[in-house]
Amino acid sequence: MLSYALRRTWQMVPTLAGVVLLVFFLFKWFGGDPATIIAGLGATQQQIEAIRHTLGLDRPWWVQLGIFLREIVTLNWGASWATNEPVAHLFLTRLPATLTVMIPILVLQTVVSIPFGLGVAVVRGSLTDRAAMAITTVALSVSFLVYVLVGQWLFGFYLAWFPIQGWSDSVLTNLIHYAPLPILLAMFVSIAPTTRLYRSFFLDELGHDYVRTARARGASEARVLLRHVMRNATIPILTNIATELPGVVVGSFLIEVFFSIPGLGREILLAVNRSDYPVIQAVTIYLALLTMLINLLADLLYRVVDPRVRLN
Amino acid sequence: MNAIASFAAVPDSESSPGVWQLAWRRLRGDRVAMVALAVVAAYAALVVASLVGLVAADWTREVGVPYANPRFLGPTVDESVKIERPSGPRVDLSAVDPLAPRYAEWDARAAQIQSVSAPHLSTLTFGGDRLGRDVIAKAIKGTQVSILVGVFAALLATAIGTALGAVAGYFGGVAGDLMEWFYNVFTAVPGILLIFAFAAVFGRGTATVVLILALTGWTAVYRLVRAEYLKHRGREYVLAAEAIGASHFSRMFEHILPNVSHVVLVQLSLLVVFFIKAEVILSFLGLGVPIDSVSWGTMLNEAQSELILGKWWQLAAATAFMAVFVTAFSTLTDALRDALDPRLRQG
Repeated sequence: MLSYALRRTWQMVPTLAGVVLLVFFLFKWFGGDPATIIAGLGATQQQIEAIRHTLGLDRPWWVQLGIFLREIVTLNWGASWATNEPVAHLFLTRLPATLTVMIPILVLQTVVSIPFGLGVAVVRGSLTDRAAMAITTVALSVSFLVYVLVGQWLFGFYLAWFPIQGWSDSVLTNLIHYAPLPILLAMFVSIAPTTRLYRSFFLDELGHDYVRTARARGASEARVLLRHVMRNATIPILTNIATELPGVVVGSFLIEVFFSIPGLGREILLAVNRSDYPVIQAVTIYLALLTMLINLLADLLYRVVDPRVRLN
Repeated sequence: MNAIASFAAVPDSESSPGVWQLAWRRLRGDRVAMVALAVVAAYAALVVASLVGLVAADWTREVGVPYANPRFLGPTVDESVKIERPSGPRVDLSAVDPLAPRYAEWDARAAQIQSVSAPHLSTLTFGGDRLGRDVIAKAIKGTQVSILVGVFAALLATAIGTALGAVAGYFGGVAGDLMEWFYNVFTAVPGILLIFAFAAVFGRGTATVVLILALTGWTAVYRLVRAEYLKHRGREYVLAAEAIGASHFSRMFEHILPNVSHVVLVQLSLLVVFFIKAEVILSFLGLGVPIDSVSWGTMLNEAQSELILGKWWQLAAATAFMAVFVTAFSTLTDALRDALDPRLRQG
């Protein structure tokens, strides 16, 4: 187990190096000149030159790559170009708001979709199943934006059951006052695709011989489904959750924009709009690292869920 | 001589139908898929008509009053009390008004200029937007932009993914490792974040959106095409092609590609839907098509503030146009996948 984990960690190095190179050259070759962006419109040539010198932009590209690597390793990205706020501080202060909204979404979505998916998988081919599939197809065809737009208008503005948007400093107030509407809307939107996906996982398992054997042995349907099928379907479900976890950290950009939640997703979007390169670069690289770590963790978890899985 | 002629004629009459023919036969038997195909064809016709200027060419014209109602609602009754313009001669203020001596001159000047105020309709077929532009014309133009962005981005992404996947799967070795590395790097960053990073660098514009989506979205195609090439490169027909002296390029793209093209086609149509949705979100966030252009995303963006004023028609129009197309296209894609590869049929 440990040697596997170590080997996998070692294998991450080239990929991570690739991400660093991708981000570096993407911004270096295609991005605007950082000095002109920082200096603003009314800057003199002298000021721009001064900024270029401070940032090391007047030195060869491999020296710049070195500076870039040092920033990554030391976690010292300097300050945001737009607000002068240290990038590390920006991360730490925006993350709690994102997690307050995104963790309940992920948990609720999984908890609700598993019985839905299992339910329609069991009655596959029936009218209920086909109706559910038709509804999810249509539901998926409407843009996510429309649900949030209409939901925010209906529940926040028209019925006034929830505040339209807002955020406070207290986690509790946020959770019971400001977060429910975004959480419910995002959950509602994600149920259709997740149910479809989980249904296909359950269908895969239901076709296996062990299900027939268990039934032949006289096991009750509930036991077959909950003990045998569920346990085996956990692996693809876990994989799916693992792939969604990095997204949780970024938060749904749209949810945070719509509801003015001061989270990481909204901050990234602001950074994109303001050409605030250090913030975008830092987020991209650390999130790539996080994604890889989560994938590794998921692979290790499989072993716990299913002892048959061989790690090699 | 005779024997040869009859031999050549035989395969024609008894040849087994090809994979595409079989697929088309299966697809034609699927009534839902045929309806979806008709809808997609109608949209394609609409896009072409809009592209050549047959419909919605003047979508920017302000034909109605701001937020003109849809015709079935009737015009908005203006309840605000209008202040009547006082009639009669002007009160003589020349003692206190320093501008008074020039009024006559200005009146004369004003009379020389002819101004025509275009009549603005109080209702439009399905309402107007903030500037009084026809929502239906706007939605048609938006359909054109959104669908074309989705299709072109999907074509480009599929081309990239297929080329890289073919090289990686066919050659393997160092080239394959290099491609795998590329793939790992691009999939290491969560998709939406990668799109944002590219958007931050490339700026805005319709062509830019196509480029961004294609450069970030080729990975799924790559993975499947690579797997197919790995499977096919050792098959007899490829070895036979090598034996008759076909070049690597010819073997990759003339012999193997037609045999894996069904995989590519299904991926292409999946990407179209995905990219259309992505474009809508990007445009909504102001990172997509420029402001002098319209797409479903920019319409939804405007709808956000209109909804509070009770002007729901732009939202409804954009949503309806998009929902019908995406539902039809997704249904068609599913049917296409089933028809091309019956083993994959689910449910």
